[in-house]
Amino acid sequence: MTAPIEVSGPDVKAEPDAVLTGVERKAIQGRSLGQIAWLRLRRDKVALAGGAIVLLLIFITLPGVTETLVRWFGHPPNEYHQNLVDPTIGTPTGKFGGVSTDFLFGVEPINGRDLFSRVLHGARVSMLVGLLATLVSVVIGTVLGVIAGFFGGWVDTLIARTMDVFLAFPLLLFSIALVGVIPNEWGPLDGNNLRMAVLVFIIGFFNWPYIGRIIRGQTLSLREREFVDAARSLGARNSYIIFREILPNLVAPILVYATLLIPTNILFEAALSFLGVGINPPKPSWGGMLTSATSLYSVAPHFVIVPGLAIFVTVLAFNLFGDGLRDALDPRAR
Amino acid sequence: MIAFIVRRLLGAVGLLLVVSAVTFAIFFLVPKAAGVSSDDLAARFAGKSPTPAALAEIKERFGLDDPVPVQYGRFVKALVAGDTYDTGTQEIDCPAPCLGYSFRTSQSVLDQVVDRVPVTLSIALGAAVLWLLAGVSIGVLSALRRGTIFDRAAMGIALAGVSLPIFFTGLLSLAFIVYKWELLPAVNYVPLTENPAKWFSGLILPWVTLAFLYAALYARLTRAGMLETLNEDYIRTARAKGLSERTVITKHALRATLTPILTIFGLDLGLLLGGAILTERTFSLKGLGQLALDGVNQSDLPVVIGVTLTAALFIVVANLLVDILYGVVDPRVRHS
Repeated sequence: MTAPIEVSGPDVKAEPDAVLTGVERKAIQGRSLGQIAWLRLRRDKVALAGGAIVLLLIFITLPGVTETLVRWFGHPPNEYHQNLVDPTIGTPTGKFGGVSTDFLFGVEPINGRDLFSRVLHGARVSMLVGLLATLVSVVIGTVLGVIAGFFGGWVDTLIARTMDVFLAFPLLLFSIALVGVIPNEWGPLDGNNLRMAVLVFIIGFFNWPYIGRIIRGQTLSLREREFVDAARSLGARNSYIIFREILPNLVAPILVYATLLIPTNILFEAALSFLGVGINPPKPSWGGMLTSATSLYSVAPHFVIVPGLAIFVTVLAFNLFGDGLRDALDPRAR
Repeated sequence: MIAFIVRRLLGAVGLLLVVSAVTFAIFFLVPKAAGVSSDDLAARFAGKSPTPAALAEIKERFGLDDPVPVQYGRFVKALVAGDTYDTGTQEIDCPAPCLGYSFRTSQSVLDQVVDRVPVTLSIALGAAVLWLLAGVSIGVLSALRRGTIFDRAAMGIALAGVSLPIFFTGLLSLAFIVYKWELLPAVNYVPLTENPAKWFSGLILPWVTLAFLYAALYARLTRAGMLETLNEDYIRTARAKGLSERTVITKHALRATLTPILTIFGLDLGLLLGGAILTERTFSLKGLGQLALDGVNQSDLPVVIGVTLTAALFIVVANLLVDILYGVVDPRVRHS
C-alpha cells in the first residue's frame, strides 16, 4: 500500500482556491521520514487502535494509577473473600465466575481474591518486564550489530557466529535453569524485585540476536552508501560516522523491531511465570494465574479466560501497532 | 557433499560443547558469584535435611571443591569414554555416553532421557506435519488472493494466532472441548507401538493447539515471502515465455519461497524436539521438557544438563538435515 504524496491535507475542502493555496504551501515543504510515517500511520485505523490500547495499558500500570483504580473499582489483590466461593468445591458461587459490580472480573476459585485487581497488578509486571527486557535487547543488539556491520572482518565473524549460536540454543530451557538457580537475595534486591530484575536481564539477553541481526544487515548496507563516503572524504572519524551518519538511519528499524519484540518478551515472561520460575506468588502475574488455573480449568473456566484474555489483548495490541509502524516506515514491507 | 557434512558435524560438536559448558557455568558459577559455598551447593543438591555423610558423598562424587573447569573436564570425559562411580558400597559402571546419575532418584540420566524422547517426538512431529501443511497452504492462497476476504480473514486469524500463548489456548480447549462439550477424549500419551488409535486420539488436542500457533506464524511468513517472490523479474520472465500459471506458482515461486521457511522450520522443530515445555506442562504430558522442569525445580543438575544436551543435539541434527534438504528444494544451493 504505497501512499501517494498528498498535495493537500485531508481537512482541506475541495474548493478551487483551497486546493491552489494547498499546492502552493505544500510544494515547498519538505517532509521528514517521521512526518511521512505519521501521515501513513494516521490512515491505518487498526494500527491506531493497537497504539491506543498500548497507551492505555501503559497509563493504567503507572505507579499510583493501578492502586487508585483498584481502590475505586476493586479490592486489594491479596484480600481473601471466601464467602463468595462454594466451601466444598471452591468455585465462585456467583454467575460467570462471580462477576458483579463489586467484582468486575469475578473472583478467584478457592480463595476468592478479586480478579480485576489481580489482572491489573499483573499488567504492571508484564509491561515492566516486557518493556525493560526489550530495552536490554535493543541496547545489546544495536551496539553489537553496529560494531559487527561497521568494522567487519574478524569482529563481524565473531559476533555473527555468536548470534548463530544463540539462535540455536534451547533458550526456554536455559532461562528456566538460570532463573532456577538465582538466590533469594543479591545486593540491595530481594524477593520478587530481584526476580523481576533477573527476568528482565535474562529475557533481554537471550533475545538480542533478533535485533542484532537486523541492525548488522542494515549497517552493512549503510556503510557502503555515498553519504558515508562523503563524510569520510571530508575527514570524519569513525565515531562521527557511526553516531551522526549511521545511527540516525537506524532509528526506524530499531523502533519497528523494538515494538515487535515487546509482545514476544511479554509472552516470554508469562511463559516463565506459567512454568513457576518467574514471578513468585502471592504477587499477581498473568502467567502465574494461569498456572493456578491448570488444576481448576474444568470447574472454573473463567479463571483461564480472564488472565488469558489480558495476555492476548496486550500482545495483539503491540503486534497491531508494530505491524502498522513497519508498514508506515517501510512501504516495501507490503 | 561429504566435506560439507564433516564440517557441519565438527561445528555441531563445538556447539554441544558450548551448550554443556554454559549449563555447567549456570549451575556452578552463578551460585558462586552470589556467594553460595560448595557446602551449600551440595546441600541444595541433596534435598531436604541431608546427613553430613550424604553431603560429603555428593561433594566427593561431583568434586564440588575442585575448580569448575576440572569438574567440566570430568563431565566431558565421562560423556566420551564412560565413567565408574564409587558409591562406597559398590562400583557403578556408566558406559559412554555417560550423562551421570540423578541426584534425586539415582537413576541413570540417559535412561530417563531415552524414556521421555518418544513422548516429545510424538507431540512435535505430529504438530509439525499439521502446521507446515496448514501454514504454507494458507500463506500461498492468501498471497495469490491478496486483498480478498479470504486473505483478510486468514491474516486476521493468523495475527491473533501469534498473539495467543499455548498455555491459554491449551487450557481453554481442555476446559471446553474436552471437559464441557466432550468432543475429544482426555489428553493422554499412549505409546504408538502399544495402541496406535489411542496414541492418535490422545494427542489430537496438543497437536492442533500447538500447530495453530505455528501455522499462524508460517502463514504470515509464507504470504510475505510469496508476495516478494511474485514481484521478482524471473517470475515475469516465466510468465512471458508462456508457462502456465500453475507451473509458475508451483515450480518457480513456491520453491524460492520455501527455502527460508525451511530454515526456520528446522530451527523450530529442533527446539521443539528438545522439549515442548509449555505444551507438555499445559497438557500434563511427561516429555523431555517436563523432565527438565522437574530437574530445575529439584536442583537436579545431571538431569538438567542431560536434557539440555539432548535438546541441543536435536537442534543441531534438525539444522543439518535442513541444510542438506536445501540442495533439493533450491537448485542454486548445491553442495559440491
